[in-house]
Amino acid sequence: MEIIRKATPTDTVPRWEVVQEDCVHAEDSQALASSGQVTVTLERWRAEADALKARGQVGLRVLGEVDPGDYADVLPHVDLVCIQFPKFADGRGYSAARLLRERYGFTGTLRALGDVLRDQLNYMARCGFDSFVMAPGKDPRASLSAFEDFSESYQPAADEVLPLWRRASLPGFSLSDFSKVDGNREGAA
Amino acid sequence: MYQYNEFDQKIVRQRAAQFGDQVRRRLSGEVTENEFKPLRLQNGLYMQLHAYMLRVAIPYGLLSSAQLRKLAHIARTYDRDYAHFTTRQNIQYNWPKLQDVPKILEELAEVEMHAIQTSGNCIRNITSDPFAGVARDEIEDPRPYCELLRQWSTFHPEFAYLPRKFKFAVTGAEEDRAAIQVHDIGIRLVRGEDGTVGLAFYVGGGLGRTPFVAPCIQPFVPKAHLLTYSEAILRVYNRLGRRDNMYKARIKILVKSMGAEAFAHAVEEEWQYIKDGPLQLREQDIARVKSYFQEPEYPVFQGTAPTVESLMLSKEKPSDPAFSAWVDNNVVGHRKPGYVAVSLSMKRETLPPGDVTDNHLDALADLADRYSMGEAVVTHRQNVVFPNVQVALLPPLWEELTQLGFATPNLQRLTDVIACPGLDFCNLANARSIPVAMRITERFQDLEKLYELGQVTLNISGCINACGHHHVGNLGVLGIDKLGVEHYQLMLGGSSANDASIGKILGKAFTEHEIADAVEKALLCYIGLRTSPQESFLATYRRVGAQPFKDAVYGDH
Repeated sequence: MEIIRKATPTDTVPRWEVVQEDCVHAEDSQALASSGQVTVTLERWRAEADALKARGQVGLRVLGEVDPGDYADVLPHVDLVCIQFPKFADGRGYSAARLLRERYGFTGTLRALGDVLRDQLNYMARCGFDSFVMAPGKDPRASLSAFEDFSESYQPAADEVLPLWRRASLPGFSLSDFSKVDGNREGAA
Repeated sequence: MYQYNEFDQKIVRQRAAQFGDQVRRRLSGEVTENEFKPLRLQNGLYMQLHAYMLRVAIPYGLLSSAQLRKLAHIARTYDRDYAHFTTRQNIQYNWPKLQDVPKILEELAEVEMHAIQTSGNCIRNITSDPFAGVARDEIEDPRPYCELLRQWSTFHPEFAYLPRKFKFAVTGAEEDRAAIQVHDIGIRLVRGEDGTVGLAFYVGGGLGRTPFVAPCIQPFVPKAHLLTYSEAILRVYNRLGRRDNMYKARIKILVKSMGAEAFAHAVEEEWQYIKDGPLQLREQDIARVKSYFQEPEYPVFQGTAPTVESLMLSKEKPSDPAFSAWVDNNVVGHRKPGYVAVSLSMKRETLPPGDVTDNHLDALADLADRYSMGEAVVTHRQNVVFPNVQVALLPPLWEELTQLGFATPNLQRLTDVIACPGLDFCNLANARSIPVAMRITERFQDLEKLYELGQVTLNISGCINACGHHHVGNLGVLGIDKLGVEHYQLMLGGSSANDASIGKILGKAFTEHEIADAVEKALLCYIGLRTSPQESFLATYRRVGAQPFKDAVYGDH
């Protein structure tokens, strides 16, 4: 499966790339192979938490409408959370992503699944997604330019610490300098 | 007025380029219409009955003369020589070609304008008091707060796919001229007990199928929290608002179903997490935006500044009684001595309410330069205000406006109708609104007859989406479809002012030939019932109730 991800996760101005990655989004009734990356639903995690922790390489797969508070306790045990967009116009996944990053301090891979289209990638990335599986039939390589549509944004979000009006008032402001400033980020709850 | 810095400028230019690419991909088939729809909507591009319609944002209604000239140029070059002012202080073009839209957006960007988020399920243009900055009853100029909201909401990554559209209105005055209680969020600048100015938040108002007057969920939020509190409301709405039924997806339904208190509690809880974050405004953040809205440098008058009263006693006053009627009706006081704010009536017999031609727009630009320090404001009643006119220049301004047909002295009168485009243009409409507006208003062209009715509002919508705000007209007319025939319901008792209320349907609907009679009968009934000419239509209706009006309107059926 091809995914879009940050080429170098630590870069302040991220570059994006398309890579091949195998990940099985397991149905609840499906037996898990003994190794390899998988994701499971929250229900399965609740039922099999101990076995899944012991296995490792298990990510969580939830719909955007699920309140991240409902699975905050799982986050320390996973390094991949997939948020599913049943329809691209269902905006609940954006709030879920910001809460995961900004309130619950999730630092693992946050991946958008489902009806993921080029013209929403930039907003998704701003909300904290760093990995995407495009909707069937959509070319991930042709979608990479979406991240370059805008070089500025007004409001703070998961990717930006301060609003533009505060950055713009800093002396000698330029975007590249600013991204190094350690801002007033909300801590993990 | 607010001036773009290099970042604002870059953002609107990048938006134009982005949309150009989206249109290219749509035309090549790379993007389906279903996928393209929300993209074009977030650029104000609707598919209408006959063609695309492009809605251009006018933040808080404020336009410079250069912007007016650009709007005229666009009407002439890319449309059919006219445009339409909307009830949300925007302007619409009814006939642009899809392939021209990116070019139009580039032209708009040249004068610091755009069509960003004028449609779609996102935060729309922020509206305000047309007399903002000059009103005598103002606690503080609301426009800096509108501008901060504009910046915060522009391309907000979390709130681009809300359950439904989302509209803010902000007022800083005691009298609400921005209809804040029928918006998703209405914000009123208020003075707290210790004298500091803060924000009262009204949430969950709206018109449409299920009209509500918004409850106040928080009577005093410090100004520093304009954006943190707004973000908390939007996050609660984005997560909890209904998405299964578009007719139940507005925030008003959420507030109603949770109850205002429980909703306020949910917002408060969310707010606790983010209130101390980077969206909290510092003094200097507000001061910087305020610096763009500082009073212009008004010339100092020798001796006493002229007043409207002194002008009316002087020999400079035109002898025409129409001038006095215009001054009484369309001119209001200004916070600065020697100045007034002048309302230009866009309601004429010959054109639909809100329509302006390219030549009109050019003429407005020219007049704004010569009489109003280069600024004009579009109002939610689809008129235009010149906010900075010297009292002494009223006579020549009136002469020029009369020539153009903008001096009808009918502000806040029956013929100052709000009407949506209706079935003539809109594919949602059930009935035509503009011909009905014209049919009613032609009966009241005689000023004496018009003034006899006192201050009264008539709002007309062509369908239940209520773009013509029929619920909050003192008299409201709603177009409906009855077995394929256009019919019109009459409702009475609505208001969008401080005493906001939703009008009530009087009885069974009328045909297009009957509706003007019904409106006239209701008005004659009011004249008969009022205790004095000072008692308004609305006050009389509220005192006596619907029954006498029912008897008068349906009596001889």
